[in-house]
Amino acid sequence: MIGTFIVIGFILIAIFAPILAPYDPIKPNLPQRLKPPSSQHLFGTDQFGRDIFSRVIHGARIEVWIIFLVTVISGTIGTAIGITAGYFGGAVDEILMRITDIFLAFPRLILAMALSAMLGRGLTNAILAISLVEWTVVARLARAEAMKIKSQPYIEAVKAVGASNLRILLFHVLPMCLSPVLVQLTLRMGTIILTAAGLGFLGLGAQPPTPEWGAIVSDGRSYLVQQWWISTFPGLFIAVVVLGFNLLGDGIRDILDPRLRR
Amino acid sequence: MKLGSFILRRLFLMLLVLFGVSVLVFVIAKVIPADPVGAILGGNAPIDLVEDMKRRLGLDRPLMNQFIDYMFGLVRGDLGTSLKSNRPVVQDIANFFPATLELAICATLFSVVLGIFLGILSAVYRNRFIDHFARVFSILGVSMPVFWTGLLLLLLFYFRLGWLPGTGRLGLFTTPPAKYTGLYLIDSLISLNLEAFKDALAHLVLPSLVLGYSAAASIARITRSSMLDVLRQDFIRTAKAKGIGKRLVIYRHALRNALIPVITIIGLTFGGLLEGAVLTETIFGWPGLGRYIVNSLLLLDYPAIMGGTLFVAVIYSLVNLVVDIIYAALDPRMRI
Amino acid sequence: MTRGSLVDISKLRVIFHTYRGTIKALNGVELWLNEEERLGVVGETGCGKSVTALSIMRLIEQPGEIIDGKIWFNGKDLLQLSEDEMDKVRGRQISMIFQEPIAALNPVFKVGFQIAETIAHSQNISINDAYTQVREALEMVGLDWQRTIDLYAHELSGGMAQRVMIAMALAVRPKLLIADEPTSALDVTIQAQILELLDKLVSVGKNAVILITHDLGIASEFCDRVAVMYAGNVIEVAPSQEIFNEPLHPYTKGLIDSIPVVGRAKELTGIAGVVPDLVDPPSGCRFHPRCKHAFERCNLELPELVQIKANHYVACHLYH
Repeated sequence: MIGTFIVIGFILIAIFAPILAPYDPIKPNLPQRLKPPSSQHLFGTDQFGRDIFSRVIHGARIEVWIIFLVTVISGTIGTAIGITAGYFGGAVDEILMRITDIFLAFPRLILAMALSAMLGRGLTNAILAISLVEWTVVARLARAEAMKIKSQPYIEAVKAVGASNLRILLFHVLPMCLSPVLVQLTLRMGTIILTAAGLGFLGLGAQPPTPEWGAIVSDGRSYLVQQWWISTFPGLFIAVVVLGFNLLGDGIRDILDPRLRR
Repeated sequence: MKLGSFILRRLFLMLLVLFGVSVLVFVIAKVIPADPVGAILGGNAPIDLVEDMKRRLGLDRPLMNQFIDYMFGLVRGDLGTSLKSNRPVVQDIANFFPATLELAICATLFSVVLGIFLGILSAVYRNRFIDHFARVFSILGVSMPVFWTGLLLLLLFYFRLGWLPGTGRLGLFTTPPAKYTGLYLIDSLISLNLEAFKDALAHLVLPSLVLGYSAAASIARITRSSMLDVLRQDFIRTAKAKGIGKRLVIYRHALRNALIPVITIIGLTFGGLLEGAVLTETIFGWPGLGRYIVNSLLLLDYPAIMGGTLFVAVIYSLVNLVVDIIYAALDPRMRI
Repeated sequence: MTRGSLVDISKLRVIFHTYRGTIKALNGVELWLNEEERLGVVGETGCGKSVTALSIMRLIEQPGEIIDGKIWFNGKDLLQLSEDEMDKVRGRQISMIFQEPIAALNPVFKVGFQIAETIAHSQNISINDAYTQVREALEMVGLDWQRTIDLYAHELSGGMAQRVMIAMALAVRPKLLIADEPTSALDVTIQAQILELLDKLVSVGKNAVILITHDLGIASEFCDRVAVMYAGNVIEVAPSQEIFNEPLHPYTKGLIDSIPVVGRAKELTGIAGVVPDLVDPPSGCRFHPRCKHAFERCNLELPELVQIKANHYVACHLYH
């Protein structure tokens, strides 16, 4: 319940950011620099006099954009590789799964960091990097699903009628895999935000002046002692939104696993 | 015997994967186009200087040759020379890794003990106060960004309250203990340097808490759900029907089964710890491997990047191998 | 009033709280049993056979709850005992075997240990001291103890695992053995072996048995008396032969008509309708929506289990 509420609020903030934000999130306003929270600047201002509240509000758009693209890209790659491996089995499966293992041999953030840095630091490359790490989760799930579906009698029936492998994959296996994959992707959204924010914080993701939440937290580091608000508020937003996604994920899991219901 | 062949097979698989990992690292560092020379010399360096630099670094040669050199280097244990420190990457890693290891061990101890303890209480006293508390504790733990909790705790306990030291492994005026293992806690004990021991311990508290918290949270979550799952199984009913009492049912019959998935999670959590270490080390100015990798990435110091990430992947794979072996030892069904 | 010298259950009610509502799983169960007697409890899935068994062991747990009734066992009402007192009944005076023997054994302990643990508990000795008796117990159920004692559950076949469970259950020499569908998950040939083994051991050990099964044939062959359950009630109890030859309750009749008999040409008939939803069970007699003979009273009043003939009880308005 609370989770759904937070996530919907998050998406609404992202959609209406230009209306909600009182100031320009990028343009410096040096006379107003490092002002504490007040009625004019709800969350205070940063070292360039930018309104933290406006930056955080606009940041929601960036996070939504990251989640959306990572989900689409990693979902597509993962599903394609997963169902191919699961459906064909044998050597194809073996090779594709070993490739997956190679990606899984790295702690996620570290692989994402390396990819992001070598692709060239920036928002788009960070998204690409995270996607290249995330697809393994999807692939493993899609593979398991495809293996389950493959052994269903109706697939035998379709084969007997002479459908080609590609046709079976696209029209019979893929649609059946879709909903578990989508659920899994939803469950991962909190982690995706944390990874993106981590990259931003380390300076290996979105670059200034992009108002990515992790990057804003990083902006405030050198001012932490006197101007605590710069880092605190965007971090709070990350925590709340990720919490929202995690609660939502727990809710979905409870619905899917009736045993947990009372 | 069965366990032995299981270990051998897993070792072989790991070597295969690690070969793939080295290829991937090479691809990331050399094939994906970024401009290390430009990063070192700055964007406007004269063209002949750039060419000269490329030649010195061997970047003008065909990729295939570079790859072969790299693989031969790996086999000899040579990871190249850092562009920034001008030291062999292997030596850099040897210098920085103990700090990370010490931090990771402390964080693991903290998170495993707290996580399993909370998870069991939570499952056994389901829907009671302790369960609600543990669930809030763990969902916050997996939701709050490490770098943010780190900064806030630093602000509170160091800058505001002054109870704990802020950055680094030792205070400015403490001389490091003589080096045996590189782990200050152990080294200071060996050299009977209690001053250094206390200082090192104090410096470890905040980073370990920050790093261990999210791991403790996910371990608690998994322990709880795994325990609840096991408590529903048929054999638990059998155990209860024996009349051996609730305590033995939980600690003898349920716990061992419930811990099997937890062990796997501890392995995964270790990956999380390595990631978290990158962020924690950055915040706490901890001279470890995580910060080394971040700095190399910011400077595009590609030999250091390759060496560092490869090393992390090897460590991570080894930990997972150990976890799998423990898993097999605990669960007789897994030794297939 | 006690009808059985060993067990006498009266007006037992159990409910389960679920997200759909409260399941009224047992609706006033009546069941009794003498020493060394064997009682079969028969009925369709979900009629409350297993819930009755678990109630005797007091193993009904959240979200289930025993809300009413008495379970007299050996002169004590089990529902009034403390957990500690109950633990002296479980695994000492009453033991239980289950439907899925492999799942009923703990996967991470060797078979020998699990039997030893049970014996140790029942005799207040250490687990190590119990091992000599483990050997006897395994031999007793026809297993080679040397080969079996160090195996894990997943290394056993279903039949072997059930033998282990029987060894474990009978090694403590219980007054009462509750066997909950002990053969349903096994191959037919193994079923026969296991039943034969049980028959032999129980005769020797003089244990009373409650055999829960959905198979009327097995129940009447193995047991002295058979109780038929439907939707949370015992609706008919009679000696084994009699229930086959002279069933009284329309449901029992339907049950018998649906059993195929080899070598006899007979029209097989099912019972029309479906098992009722116990969240919202039918009023009156829970069988009345499916009963051909139902009349007005059946819709209004739950029939009580009444003795019609010597040792033959039925809960049906047609007979009183």
